[in-house]
Amino acid sequence: MNKVITGNHAVSYGAQLARSQVIAAYPITPQTQVVELLSEFCASGKLNAKFIKVESEHSAMAACLAASAAGARAFTATSAHGLALMHEMLHWAAGARLPVVLANINRAMGPGWSVWTDQNDSLSQRDLGWIQLYCESNQEVLDTTIQAFKIAEKVLLPVMIILDAFVLSHTSEPVDIPEQELVDKFLPPYDLKTKLDLANPKSYGALTNPDHYYEMRYKIAKAQSESLKVIKEVDLDFYEHFGRKYGIVETYRCDDAKVILVTSGTITGTARTIINEMRERGRKVGLLKQKLFRPTPFEELRSILYKAQKIAVIDRNISFGHSGIFAQEIKSALYGLAGAPPIFDYIIGIGGRDVTPDDIREIIDNTFKTEAPQEPIIWRGVRL
Amino acid sequence: MRFTVPEKELMFPGHVACPGCGGALAMRLALKALGEKTMVVIPACCWTIIDGPFPMHSLHVPVYHTAFETAAIAASGIKAGLDIQGKKDITVMAWAGDGGTLDIGIQALSGAAERNDDIIYTCYDNEAYMNTGIQRSSATPKGAWTTTTPEKTPKLEPKKNIAEIMIAHRIPYVATATLSYPEDLINKFKKAKSIKGTKFIHVLAPCPTGWKMAPDLMIKVCRLAVETKIFPIYECENGINYTINIMPKNIIPVSEYLKVQGRFSHLREKDLLEIQKTAEQEWELLLAKSRWQLAINK
Repeated sequence: MNKVITGNHAVSYGAQLARSQVIAAYPITPQTQVVELLSEFCASGKLNAKFIKVESEHSAMAACLAASAAGARAFTATSAHGLALMHEMLHWAAGARLPVVLANINRAMGPGWSVWTDQNDSLSQRDLGWIQLYCESNQEVLDTTIQAFKIAEKVLLPVMIILDAFVLSHTSEPVDIPEQELVDKFLPPYDLKTKLDLANPKSYGALTNPDHYYEMRYKIAKAQSESLKVIKEVDLDFYEHFGRKYGIVETYRCDDAKVILVTSGTITGTARTIINEMRERGRKVGLLKQKLFRPTPFEELRSILYKAQKIAVIDRNISFGHSGIFAQEIKSALYGLAGAPPIFDYIIGIGGRDVTPDDIREIIDNTFKTEAPQEPIIWRGVRL
Repeated sequence: MRFTVPEKELMFPGHVACPGCGGALAMRLALKALGEKTMVVIPACCWTIIDGPFPMHSLHVPVYHTAFETAAIAASGIKAGLDIQGKKDITVMAWAGDGGTLDIGIQALSGAAERNDDIIYTCYDNEAYMNTGIQRSSATPKGAWTTTTPEKTPKLEPKKNIAEIMIAHRIPYVATATLSYPEDLINKFKKAKSIKGTKFIHVLAPCPTGWKMAPDLMIKVCRLAVETKIFPIYECENGINYTINIMPKNIIPVSEYLKVQGRFSHLREKDLLEIQKTAEQEWELLLAKSRWQLAINK
């Protein structure tokens, strides 16, 4: 069924089609629409789920984890400060190996208060054991939400789906909403092997001394790296069911590209248009969209980016005292490869400032005309 | 008199509680009342340790350990997760200390109570952060020594009245209990199990280590807390119907309760008088509430 829906509602449909059983959420703009529609689904019986209207985001995640441990498929959505407040429980999610799915609407952190998009909220949670998937369109949001449950439950790691505030969350696009029957074929019912069970009364999350803790963390790291294969398989499996696939990275006109632009989220859409325009003018420029952020798709990044003469990374985020965070990742992926191309790190659009076609054009032009980056990070359009 | 405490044990020996731990005995009795179809949520508290380090476990029911401030919501989450699977006959109990309840966990507790989530929440109250080294909590009584309220400047503020805070949520059941009255305690857990909605049980659970007293005085000090009216044993249904379950028979001054505990040894006569006065006032207030309830029910 084709419908024109917002990114927020694409998340809601995804969570509904995945037959989420427990939803716990707290209102935070711009996530509110996600849970409003889910409330309606629960009220109308379209979704058979328990919806706990919690008193904080911290409790939202705590409730999802507990429900998941009890054997129910659990889902929540949040944004910015809500995600930051969850931080402790985000650690708990991966530590407890509970396959909770969370949709985060990328939004800037205060102060000053901002409801507009940037990636610092989700990227601040990058080291916790969550799989992170950044989406470009509302269709991708819906599809990734459904995929996320399958990935999470296969690898026993929590999955975060990420979409830009307003640019996706409140923007309506035509979306193909799959049939429930087909989703049921793709996604089997939740079946956690190790769960709270009266017949087998175990203790979960107990005090763990150094004899055991270390190996538990090793296993999380191992599950993260092994999830790469699963994420690719789930995407192909999804393609077989629904005819759409996304890849963990997407390349666009990269084959003979001298400059490859690296993007994530909605900036990708703008960039794709500009790449076409530049190609017509004879500029050999390509695009790599990094959808999967954690685990890092090292192999793909290396094999694709290594062929370019220069790389321009667009970061809608900043690690203060260091650089843009996607650029850090790209640098670490290419480290040690002899003759690896120079990496230009462009910071742009933080706090929701528009990233325009002109910005992308200038970034590409600047990268072409400059031998190597003059500064470790290049701030675009700072008005002082 | 007939022995009414259920014989079946759901707590094994081999747990790692200190000698004379009120919290350990409270769990043992509570589980006798609730039975095997129970799941227990434990946030950071003494019981994080008492249950035993991974892979050991001293209870014959599933235990879900969770973060300090999340006991109530984790219990709500488990209950929701079980309900949606049709497993509706399992009692889910949050079991938290006073710090995890009155301080860091009060937000999630208030949220669960406002939603009337179908859980039992027990606060086993040893009146300080005993597990972390006897720091003051908002449950520490006025005048008490702790490691963060040294004798020269003991705690200056009165104990937060958590039972009344929970009663103000108008939840179906709030009760206080302590270990010198095991049958009363067991009856309250049984009653809580039979009621749908949020049930809150406040158990005074002395910590001989933190209270600076001999472990064998644990039961006696519980009895003294009740008889001196420091810790009244009562229950309240639906935020209105108060019943005082244990009426102190003798007039015993609070000093009898305070003097067996080293944490109060620095108190002077005027401090004792003030504590005596407060206890009497609080008792009168409680009596008035229970009489008022009788009046409106007529």
